[in-house]
Amino acid sequence: MLNPEAKLNPKIFDEDVAQAPTRDGYGEGLVDAGTANANVVALCADLIESTRVEAFAKKFPERFFEMGVAEQNMATVAAGLGITGKIPFISSYATFSPGRNWEQIRTTIAYNDANVKIAGHHAGISVGADGATHQATEDIAMMRVLPNMKVFVPCDAIEARKATVAAAHIWGPIYLRFQREKTPIMTTNETPFIPGKAEIFWLPGNGSSRAAKADVLIIGCGGLLYNALLAARELEKEKIGVVVLNCSTIKPIDEKKIVELAKKCGAVVTVEEHQVSGGLGGAVAEVLAKHAPAPIEFIGMQDVFGESGAPAALIEKYGMGVKDIKAAVKRAIRRK
Amino acid sequence: MESLTEKKLKEMELMATRLREDVIKMVSHAGSGHIAGPLDMADVFTAFYFHILRHNPKKPNWPDRDRLVLSNGHICPIQYAALAHAGYFPVEELKTLRQLGTRLQGHPHRGTLPGIETTSGPLGSGISQASGIALAARLDGKKYQVYCLTSDGEHEEGNTWEAVMFAGKNRLSNLTVVVDRNNIQIDGFTEKIMPLESFADKYRAFNWHVLEIDGHNFEEIIAAAAEARAIHEQPTVIIAHTIPGKGVDFMENDYLWHSKTFKPGEAEKALSELRTLRGKIESEHQ
Repeated sequence: MLNPEAKLNPKIFDEDVAQAPTRDGYGEGLVDAGTANANVVALCADLIESTRVEAFAKKFPERFFEMGVAEQNMATVAAGLGITGKIPFISSYATFSPGRNWEQIRTTIAYNDANVKIAGHHAGISVGADGATHQATEDIAMMRVLPNMKVFVPCDAIEARKATVAAAHIWGPIYLRFQREKTPIMTTNETPFIPGKAEIFWLPGNGSSRAAKADVLIIGCGGLLYNALLAARELEKEKIGVVVLNCSTIKPIDEKKIVELAKKCGAVVTVEEHQVSGGLGGAVAEVLAKHAPAPIEFIGMQDVFGESGAPAALIEKYGMGVKDIKAAVKRAIRRK
Repeated sequence: MESLTEKKLKEMELMATRLREDVIKMVSHAGSGHIAGPLDMADVFTAFYFHILRHNPKKPNWPDRDRLVLSNGHICPIQYAALAHAGYFPVEELKTLRQLGTRLQGHPHRGTLPGIETTSGPLGSGISQASGIALAARLDGKKYQVYCLTSDGEHEEGNTWEAVMFAGKNRLSNLTVVVDRNNIQIDGFTEKIMPLESFADKYRAFNWHVLEIDGHNFEEIIAAAAEARAIHEQPTVIIAHTIPGKGVDFMENDYLWHSKTFKPGEAEKALSELRTLRGKIESEHQ
């Protein structure tokens, strides 16, 4: 059952569930943050429409800087702004920022401890037709390895808006990951978003038996979490008790909740639109290896690049569909 | 800026020589580090920290201070020496360069040592960061100047030219870049490794005000900084022609001294030359 405390979208499983890309939430959150604080500034590398910076640029033209196609300069100019009292948000596709400008981010933002927010767009293979050059599947790994850096991966457009506003409030370097394609709206304005805290979206049982047995823990992030929920609902009918955890802060990761739930469930599946090494799966494996070893199955990109295609077809081809998650759950349980 | 008297010039000449001596001692004590760049920029650093900058070493975070951003972080021994003598931290501490636990990291780290404005070392990102600071100053209506000290070799980095384009587009007149045009880099002479000429024309093409000076002449360095401050429509670049290894005869113009370390006796020989030079300056001005 959906966790009532998460106050999720009541129409979440309807055929016509509302959908929006997480980048829309970024655009709205950026305007919110800019309205609340005059020190918020936005920089963009020739992609203001597709990264949704346009609304901010129109509302606050004096605080918007068009950088041209120059991601290295964008990161380093932002570092200068960030150490001088401004709160810069830099936007481009994640393959370019933090892809191309990783060293600049490492030295002048992370090691420099500059108050810069990095918005990586078009993350995952659901970017679709543009192909692997534009599908960022390594960005979580590149960012979470950096000292001083925090990493947020919102699960839907509503959470994306909250994460963006929160990033402006929290001092220090933060990476925010967004997707191009529309994804189902899972949360509501009332759903808690607390940086550093993972939220339970699905619990075993049907409400009358809250103490139902939990057989497996699925930890996911981003829009793909929806497939995890669909899988959990189907597994429920097969009498497999599932807990689904929305891990929207990958760093600092919610160790306490992951360990507690992994101990209770005894088997874990991670779900992300990212390489399985170094991303959410890697982060969870590090936590559990240290505190609560358990069998883990990893849903995500299996050390391969993507390709052009329709987003839904790519998700199926690369093994991130509902049936793949269900199969991974069963494998994980068998390994207990 | 105060007026440039004979007395002040002599003080700066002596200080520059003192800083060069410190650089030799620091790098030789540490057993590694760069030498030619720090020596050739000693006069520029002296002019900035002891004449041009509006700063307060006792209040390194004073919000209205002029900013000096060092882009080519590997020449930090000269900046450390200048900061110490200006009063940012005890001169004694210079000998901890590159040692475990030191505030004088092998390449400068913001937040570790007072007076360091940005973290640097990986080349090509200083002009961008200085541009960001200059933008913030403009947004806040602040009057301070932002100076970025950089090297010629760094202009082989794409990031440098991205920043030059950006500052030109935005007419960042509160930004002044000083290029150490010493013509050397690790593997040889810049014009052989990757030609940069015609260097001044490149900056002009990006809408910068360009000045070329003798980087060892205090009057020229100070006059150029004053002119840059008076230009209100463009950023300014001061191309400072310098002699790598300046002040130590056997190091001058030898690219190998960009980053090689001392053999036994070499540091002593360099120091003896610099001490002689200092004595000469003192006696000439008496």
